[in-house]
Amino acid sequence: MPSLDDLKKRIKSVKSTQKITKAMKMVAAAKLRKAQESAERGRPYSKKMQNIILNLTKSINDPQNAPKLLVGTGEDKKYLCVVLTADRGLCGGFNSNICKLAKTNFRKILDEGKELNIITVGSKGYDQIKREYGKYVSKKFSFKDKKHISFNEADEVGKEIISLFNQNKFDKCILFYNNFKNVITQIPQAQQIIPAETKNLKENDAKNFSYEFEPEEDEILEDLLPKNISTQVFKALLENAASEQGSRMTAMDNATRNAGDLVDKLTIDYNRSRQASITKELIEIISGAESL
Amino acid sequence: MSDKFIVEIISPDKSILKSEATEVTIPSYEGQMGILKDHIPIITFLRPGFILIKNQDEKKYYVEEGTVEFSNNNLLILTSTVKDLNKFDKVSIANFLEAVEKKLEDRNLTDKEQYIESYKKDALKEINQ
Repeated sequence: MPSLDDLKKRIKSVKSTQKITKAMKMVAAAKLRKAQESAERGRPYSKKMQNIILNLTKSINDPQNAPKLLVGTGEDKKYLCVVLTADRGLCGGFNSNICKLAKTNFRKILDEGKELNIITVGSKGYDQIKREYGKYVSKKFSFKDKKHISFNEADEVGKEIISLFNQNKFDKCILFYNNFKNVITQIPQAQQIIPAETKNLKENDAKNFSYEFEPEEDEILEDLLPKNISTQVFKALLENAASEQGSRMTAMDNATRNAGDLVDKLTIDYNRSRQASITKELIEIISGAESL
Repeated sequence: MSDKFIVEIISPDKSILKSEATEVTIPSYEGQMGILKDHIPIITFLRPGFILIKNQDEKKYYVEEGTVEFSNNNLLILTSTVKDLNKFDKVSIANFLEAVEKKLEDRNLTDKEQYIESYKKDALKEINQ
């Protein structure tokens, strides 16, 4: 049985931890609103961009001569995986969920005897991946000092991806990030960006346009495709930022509640042992009086 | 039958405008382009200039670049550099113009860059008047 003093100290320390988690939750909640807004506002752009690309893909008559960024190199040997995570911890399973999904994919790629190349965005992802797959990581980004994620950061990552592609370093590129659904659910996702994925074509399957291009089709594609890559990265970053705050908020809420439970339990223990010592003292006094 | 179609302007961080229009003029890469209802599907780029949207009233936006898609009577303008002319103050225009002029003096510009920058200059001068 711990002494009364020990219990008192523990209660105090749990209480101050609770204060910290509570403050973190509030901060996360405030940041979440902003991040969620920008994630939601960013969705139409990336979706429409994707749609244009998909429409373009369908209207290409001559797949052999189409830009490789759009249709892929036609091979399936080298993979580039871009793992987008947060720069900070204490946000529940957020980082681990992405890494878990990424690692499953890494294993699959390696098991099939294919080449693997990894880019990490966010320091937490790199920390988790480096132990097992450190030698595959070719570049790591971290936007820790940036308060706000803007398109420029995404463009930086996008340009790196494209320059690697032009050096023929990979055939397929997959993005790993958390899709923000709501505050408590974030779904880790693997999105293939090179070549553009054409399987989610449901809604515009029926209409098949033959577009007029001005200037020429090649010129448009040449400009549009790199832009699309950056846009998709940007979308992933925004979704991630919102997911991170949501995840942190839930985690900190749980921690606060947990700390509350712990304080209750410890207080009961404290009161009980205080009562025990009082009773003990009473017994001592009474039995002392009796023996007289 | 109304002669209106839907025009949307979207930038990476938000939707700027979604409304009906009878006619939209865009500064396409190869020249000004007017779009009316039932235009054929088209994909094109923008150079610096003004987007003019006509409905009952007229709206004017300044853009530097962007991608335009028209299909099914939906005009979609994706751009990261769009500014509502009413909210564009004189000081920032002047600063902008100065930067562009400085860039134009650079001899190492490619033809394409020069083309774009000079249009930027013209457009900025026009609003500054």
